[in-house]
Amino acid sequence: MAVQRKSNMHIIDGNQSAAIAAKMSRVQVVAAYPITPQTPLTEQLSQFVEQGELKAEYVAVESEHSAMAVCTSASIVGARAFTGTSSHGLAYMHEMLHWAAGARLPIVLACVNRAIGAPWNVLNDQQDSISQRDTGWIQIYCRNNQEIMDTLIQAYRIAEQVYVPVMVCYDGYILSHTEMPVDVPDQADVDRYLPPYKPHTTLDPANPKNYNLVTLANPRIGVDGKLYHGYMELRYLLQEALQNSRETILQAGREFNEIFGRDYARMFWEDRSEDAEITIVAMGSLAMEAIVAADMLREEGLKVGVLGLRVFRPFPKSDVVQALRKSRLIVVFDKNISYGSEGATCSEIKSALYGTYINASIRNFIVGLGGRDVKARELAEATKKAIASLKETVINPDYPEWICQI
Amino acid sequence: MKANAVNLIEKEWILPGNRTCPGCALSLAYRHVLKALEGQCIVTVPASCATVLHGMYPISAVNVPCVNTPFASTGASATGLVAGLKALGRKGITVLAFAGDGGTHDIGIQSLSGAAERQIDFMYICYDNEGYMNTGNQRSGSTPLGAVSGTTPVLGKQQYQKDMTAIMEAHGLPFVATCSASYPLDLYEKVKKARTIEGTRFIHIHTPCPPGWLFPFSDTIKFGEMAVETGLVVLYEIEDGIFRLTSASESIARKGGNLQPVREYFTSQGRFKTITEEQIDELQEWVNARWKQCLHRATNL
Repeated sequence: MAVQRKSNMHIIDGNQSAAIAAKMSRVQVVAAYPITPQTPLTEQLSQFVEQGELKAEYVAVESEHSAMAVCTSASIVGARAFTGTSSHGLAYMHEMLHWAAGARLPIVLACVNRAIGAPWNVLNDQQDSISQRDTGWIQIYCRNNQEIMDTLIQAYRIAEQVYVPVMVCYDGYILSHTEMPVDVPDQADVDRYLPPYKPHTTLDPANPKNYNLVTLANPRIGVDGKLYHGYMELRYLLQEALQNSRETILQAGREFNEIFGRDYARMFWEDRSEDAEITIVAMGSLAMEAIVAADMLREEGLKVGVLGLRVFRPFPKSDVVQALRKSRLIVVFDKNISYGSEGATCSEIKSALYGTYINASIRNFIVGLGGRDVKARELAEATKKAIASLKETVINPDYPEWICQI
Repeated sequence: MKANAVNLIEKEWILPGNRTCPGCALSLAYRHVLKALEGQCIVTVPASCATVLHGMYPISAVNVPCVNTPFASTGASATGLVAGLKALGRKGITVLAFAGDGGTHDIGIQSLSGAAERQIDFMYICYDNEGYMNTGNQRSGSTPLGAVSGTTPVLGKQQYQKDMTAIMEAHGLPFVATCSASYPLDLYEKVKKARTIEGTRFIHIHTPCPPGWLFPFSDTIKFGEMAVETGLVVLYEIEDGIFRLTSASESIARKGGNLQPVREYFTSQGRFKTITEEQIDELQEWVNARWKQCLHRATNL
């Protein structure tokens, strides 16, 4: 149940929202390397530390690979660690992203979504975080700056309960550099919501333990005669942790609502799904644009709803099936492309629907790569095009359509 | 009191039966490093022979807390350990980064240089077996001229070693030193001294490798000594910019400064089977020139 509380509205951009959220989460170690469009986030955090507003170690590392290495080692010692990056920075971190998840370290990373080269492009799409899909991180996408603030605080709650790192993704420029009203929580409330980090690791010369040793494929007997996990069992446990994290994510959202009055007890956002025959699926800020497109299409008498994906990993298969049960047509817009296949979220939706009684047609459009503007009108037109294509064939095409000049 | 074979701390932090090869200089050096630190450290280790030494889950041969970290990240991992300890207010523990030459001279140089430039308070020890020995001996930035390896299989390496200690000295560190596994007391003294110094401390240890260098397992100490006696390895320390020769290198300098010729060092190791007379002459000249510089720089002769 939502509580009444005084709002504390600030007009801030997405990077400021993330920086304030990290500060209020009382992060203890921040390691970051500047990259557009993440830069103002790391500048803001260094300012918080230098001004004494945030009691943390700020490490101006020499690369993103090192940023994540600082976070993994700080986290293993028992400090709450934070970093932010974008695009090439995230790609450069790739090895360490695997390491963080493999070592079960509850690090939170803000990914300010940006295109990846070649050629150079500093503007928004989601190819960067989607490329890190299989590293074992929880991925949550934000639609606006309030969600950045709230999701980042929740991210530590989630990460430190399931010991899986969390990537909070928000669109570069569209959110990172766009000011909008954000209700900034009280520190006391955040402290109440977010207990101190309890590491599952011990680094103490009096009780020496060795982390991330070479681990054989099969279980192995220790000096105490007990059987210890093999590599495969450790990987199973990571998968199990992500599979089971849904409840933790929902609970974190529910309890957030109890304290802050904003409900996040959901894996995705739904708009007019009750009677929707046609559902537009989009992730991040694109989901807001999709709502405007749905407005336009509703005016034309079409029963259109929107499913705005929030949690991409773990992918909420059953929830998605439930939400799409009345849809005849699902139109998925992706700001990413798995080359030679289709958009990543489209693949997820198809996979979720396989073997269910839902026999909806699915159309996939690739949009907005490298900052290409996506207008609600274009989403509406594409949806109408998808409707028209149903008359031609109900078979789902192998490949997506692109909204571009070719 | 200077360390000697009798007064050296008895306690061992490396347990017998670890997975290193027979005659491994790394295990010998590491043993004395941990003795000098009295085990009061958290060590971070990248992919290397030291990873092999540390053991296989759930059994470790080393009795100090350890964080294994990816190859390129040692300096950053140490930074994270230091930052984490500081954030938690934990004091009195030395953060030790312990990496091979591949992990230091090549893939790890960026994160090491970054950490040194940031003046992170930790000790970085490079044990140098002059190649990627963990993967079966491929050339590294520290493989000497003329050495045959898995990736210099026919001609031998055509380039000189990278002088990593000089590179680290150029970072303006409070303490850099060179050591040899064949001179464990010198090594012990240097680590002990470095332990008391604040800031980034860099120590380089020459660690002969019998299977990689192709000499008998029983000759490890001999080849380490030969490297020092010929001047291929010079034992020194630089504390706050003051250069001092130490141990055998200091003795040689005091006794007239005459080094042994390098020839036998090369002709008695299998890895130099294709080295040419010209290369040996070149290396002799290189050794002579560097030794002259060291004698010139030394403040303790």
